[in-house]
Amino acid sequence: MLLLERRPVASSVMRWASPLLALVLTVITGFILFMVVGKDPVEGLKFFFITPISDLPGLAELGLKMAPLLLCAAGLTVCYKAKLWNIGAEGHFLMGALGASVMAVQLSAVNGFWVLPVVLLTGVLGGMIWAAIAAGLKTHLHCNEILTTIMLNYIALNLLLYTVHGPLKDPYGFGFPQSAMFSDSALLPVLIEGTRLHLGLAFGLLATVAVWVLFARSFIGFQLNVIGQDHRAAAFAGFRVRKLTWFAFLVGGATAGLAGASEVTGPIGQLVPQVSPGYGYTAIIVVFLGRMHAVGIVAASALLALTFIGGEILQIAMQMPKAVTALFQGLLLFYLLTCDAFIHYRVRLKKAAPQPTSAAVAAAPQEV
Amino acid sequence: MELLTNVLAATVVAGTPLLLVALGELICERSGVLNLGQEGMMLMGAVAGFAAALSSGSLLVGVVAAVMAGIAMSLLFAFMAVTLAANQYAAGLALTIFGTGLSAFLGAGFVGSSIDGFSRVAIPLLSDIPVLGRVFFNQDALVYTSFIAFAVVALFLRNSRGGLLLRAIGEDPEAANANGLKVLLVRYLAVAFGGGMAGLAGAYLSLAYTPLWTENMTAGRGWIALALVVFATWRPERLILGAYLFGAASILHLVLQGLGWKSSTELLAMLPYVVTILMLVLLSWNPVRTRLNTPLSLGQPYRPGS
Repeated sequence: MLLLERRPVASSVMRWASPLLALVLTVITGFILFMVVGKDPVEGLKFFFITPISDLPGLAELGLKMAPLLLCAAGLTVCYKAKLWNIGAEGHFLMGALGASVMAVQLSAVNGFWVLPVVLLTGVLGGMIWAAIAAGLKTHLHCNEILTTIMLNYIALNLLLYTVHGPLKDPYGFGFPQSAMFSDSALLPVLIEGTRLHLGLAFGLLATVAVWVLFARSFIGFQLNVIGQDHRAAAFAGFRVRKLTWFAFLVGGATAGLAGASEVTGPIGQLVPQVSPGYGYTAIIVVFLGRMHAVGIVAASALLALTFIGGEILQIAMQMPKAVTALFQGLLLFYLLTCDAFIHYRVRLKKAAPQPTSAAVAAAPQEV
Repeated sequence: MELLTNVLAATVVAGTPLLLVALGELICERSGVLNLGQEGMMLMGAVAGFAAALSSGSLLVGVVAAVMAGIAMSLLFAFMAVTLAANQYAAGLALTIFGTGLSAFLGAGFVGSSIDGFSRVAIPLLSDIPVLGRVFFNQDALVYTSFIAFAVVALFLRNSRGGLLLRAIGEDPEAANANGLKVLLVRYLAVAFGGGMAGLAGAYLSLAYTPLWTENMTAGRGWIALALVVFATWRPERLILGAYLFGAASILHLVLQGLGWKSSTELLAMLPYVVTILMLVLLSWNPVRTRLNTPLSLGQPYRPGS
């Protein structure tokens, strides 16, 4: 019989092998899935994983989708290290997009270098306000942050829908639920001429590095780590758990808010209902897959950005449903968690244990 | 009076999917396992139920398929969370993300189709009671199923040996194991029951509430049900009250619009989520009381002998 046995020491090899193993298993499952639905699996996988990044515009699109994932993941890392299960990045993102859009539309007749920073900061503020609600509910009213953040996500989505159908709706937009296009001074500069890749990617990479520095070099990062590993120890050590909780949530809100703001001021240029294809939820997978480490998170965000583009290409080239993206993401997380079990456990072939005789039981030392 | 009766009847209808999924999660959490994958299991139940009912022409086949789909999904979760002792939060989230994707993938071909869903069946005599008769005894078969499920769960937890074992395992798996109870087996069964109920709740949405399939049609009901279990402090009697309360919140916007109250649909659609947060605040502000009611081992993975 196969048996799981706890390793004496957690395996550091498995810690990094597990994401790769999960990816391999996901690809294999994808292969089978393509065969089941009667599509050519080799071609399907090629369309999904290779075609999107085979030329410069493709790589630029990848960077475009990585930007919001990196930003959201950076903030979530801060929360998850402290075991604060904030799954509200989607809501922070939407509020960031909403805040930035309101400001951009207000300033649509103004020109000046300061317009863009003001618009982005409003977005950051929007995300932070949304995160602050969850933080306050957690620290002062003891509400479970998972449930409150997910509810806040739904509320944010409805608020955004209300805004594009109501106050922010473009009067010259032929009745479409979207805001007016922003003026040029409210748009993020493009990084590579001729592509849509914008400054947002730089924000994302900066945020990733900043989070790495936070945990590698700062006392706040150390405290957050301790809270995550042993909440009671942190309290005994006199760490201000409440303040640190607020800090983690606000960082999460700020980065995801910036992601939302960068999305509307970057590739979209206006507020639309479908501003996020679920970046905030996907960022959760990025954090787990990237092992909460800067290098891992960059790699994981590239992979998950690829699933968004790959899904779109499959939809066009092979008439697959768009849900392929979410399916791949779900599979990946599933396999990752399964493989992660082998960080702490190993499989043993168990021989039938001999029945202990009463003498042996009496002689055996008391097991702890 | 006519209006009130109709509103109350609609409240029961809107509360039924919440009641079904929350009853399942209640049992699951009482065994010490927190399954955040309700949304994913519900969606799989909804799509499986709709697809099976559409292709077989039988609603019953649809319901069975939905329950099976929910159970299958929950076993995936149980494998990770119970057998592999993975982090239950992460495993539940994975189940939701995976179920959302898989259901949308499988259901892509069914968007736009429609079927004749469950219709109302009046129970003789009982349905003649004024107001209450229409509200409780002139509903569809799945609503009656939810009443039965409620009674069974309540009696099971309170009066049966099985319920006692379940609660013992949820409070202290170590001690339960030492007393020879099969902790892992019971947890598997509890998770599977939760999955089946979530599947049933999904079927209620796609076969009775709105007899069609759309992506993400659960609209957060799985999450609301999780909050509902906290709200009910893990007790079935409070759960049924809560489910109808939330049901009322989710149809409030229809009522207000029916009364001619002009407001944005999107703003009113927030209500159930806002109500959920308010309920959480009301129930959680006192941490001592929360700790007294929560199954002690909730969310803690347990492996015998390690």
